[in-house]
Amino acid sequence: MQNEEIKEYIISQEPEAKFDETGEWLNVIINPLSWRLLAEKLKNADLQLDYLFCLTCIDWKTHLTMVYHLTSTKYRHSIVIKTDINRIAPQIETVSDIWRTAEFHEREVFELFGVEFLHHPDLRKLILTDDFEGYPLRKDFEDPINMIKL
Amino acid sequence: MYTQTEIIRDTTQLNSNGNEGELVINVGPQHPATHGVLHLVITLNGETIKKIEPHLGYIHRSIEKMCESLTYRQFIYVTSRMDYLSAHINNLACALCVEKGMQIEVPERAQVIRILMSELTRIASHELWVGAMAMDLGAFTPFFYTFREREVINDIMEQTCGARLTMNYMVPGGTMYDLHPDFRNRVKAFIIQFKSKVTELEDLIANNIIFQNRTKGVGVLSAEDAISYGCTGPVARGSGVSCDIRKIQPYSGYEKVSFEEVLEPAGDSYARYLIRIREMFQSISIIEQLIDNIPEGDFQAKTKAVLKLPKGEFYTRVETARGELGVYIVSEGGTTPYRIKFRSPGFSNLSALNHMVKGSKIGDLMATMGTLDLVIPDIDR
Repeated sequence: MQNEEIKEYIISQEPEAKFDETGEWLNVIINPLSWRLLAEKLKNADLQLDYLFCLTCIDWKTHLTMVYHLTSTKYRHSIVIKTDINRIAPQIETVSDIWRTAEFHEREVFELFGVEFLHHPDLRKLILTDDFEGYPLRKDFEDPINMIKL
Repeated sequence: MYTQTEIIRDTTQLNSNGNEGELVINVGPQHPATHGVLHLVITLNGETIKKIEPHLGYIHRSIEKMCESLTYRQFIYVTSRMDYLSAHINNLACALCVEKGMQIEVPERAQVIRILMSELTRIASHELWVGAMAMDLGAFTPFFYTFREREVINDIMEQTCGARLTMNYMVPGGTMYDLHPDFRNRVKAFIIQFKSKVTELEDLIANNIIFQNRTKGVGVLSAEDAISYGCTGPVARGSGVSCDIRKIQPYSGYEKVSFEEVLEPAGDSYARYLIRIREMFQSISIIEQLIDNIPEGDFQAKTKAVLKLPKGEFYTRVETARGELGVYIVSEGGTTPYRIKFRSPGFSNLSALNHMVKGSKIGDLMATMGTLDLVIPDIDR
């Protein structure tokens, strides 16, 4: 499907969505509160975006941005969903029951960025030790023992 | 990391929940079949697996954080240490991402060299997997047979790149050195050797009734689940999901060579074995098409000494031996990335393990986990 058609569909579901076409794929910027409902529609309805190939987070020092890369194995179109969340107590609804791969990726973002995924089935640390403090991939993280900055 | 007391606490918790007869056992972190430091906590009911929880991070080096302070020439070297069996392809993904951001034209010669090296890497990786997989199931001989062929590829790599495992041969703009004058002849000799010896593997493994009984119908993954869990590479193609990035989003000149995307619909461990064997033949066919047609010219484009990516976001997807590797660079216009994310294939493939083995016998665990072809540094990063 072409970007114009995808845009039309998303606008019909989420009138407040903004678009950015400067990158390789169509970027859709949405409100975090409407992400969960939109996600269900993106996977199951017209667009058939059934494969979440990247889920990550970016720390902009003032806020965090969740980035979801989605593609359709049927139509081969891809879009990027972005949503800004606050940095002090970041929260967003989980999509791990829609795309199962999100379960591990969200756990990774949870421990490295401190984003709480609401209704996640098993939100624990995955890579770091249980008693590890701080969120290593945030920009203000300092570790006095292990060298991370070179 | 997980001390003895913690595990005992886990067991008592289960029992206090009223799930008597359940047993929690640990596989790893030091276990020969995990091929690295992977720790699985398995909840068993008799011999039946109820749940598998992977505990990762024993080899976590925070490569993504390290890359934030490395320049665009330096960060490629770290990625050889992720999936060390696909080092060339990891380097290629990073080089492609930087080239995409800076709009560098790569000379044709470099593109062909890159494909040749990537396909040799793929064969070496699959050869190692076949040997290791057979060893996981108790057959020791195939390991030596496959390492004999893999050794030849490693020697070819060493001659041209100067290293056998972490090559660091791909740089933004092309390759680091030109091919060794002997390269062509040695690759041709390897192709002849590979073709004459690969039937031995079939006799030893595929036609072996024990191997077939242990892998057919074991660890079945449906196409729908494979997509949902984000499985890629031979794991997803073994379930009939077309996901070869070389076909979907051709890079580095893959659109110019003809090859088939190998698919098997069964979704069991045996299908994943067949995929890898047949992919080796496809790789050989790609090498045959290119080895006599390496264009003359530069092996590296002229680039500035200091690379600066414009402000923006760049994403490349490549097909490694294990599946789709994604490199996501967020640039603020400086000489180092603002944020970099490696979407590694092993991480997503591992997440499907619990789903694949739940309800099967513990004896089948290794037959399933082996076919996922996990490389732990790739998962932990």
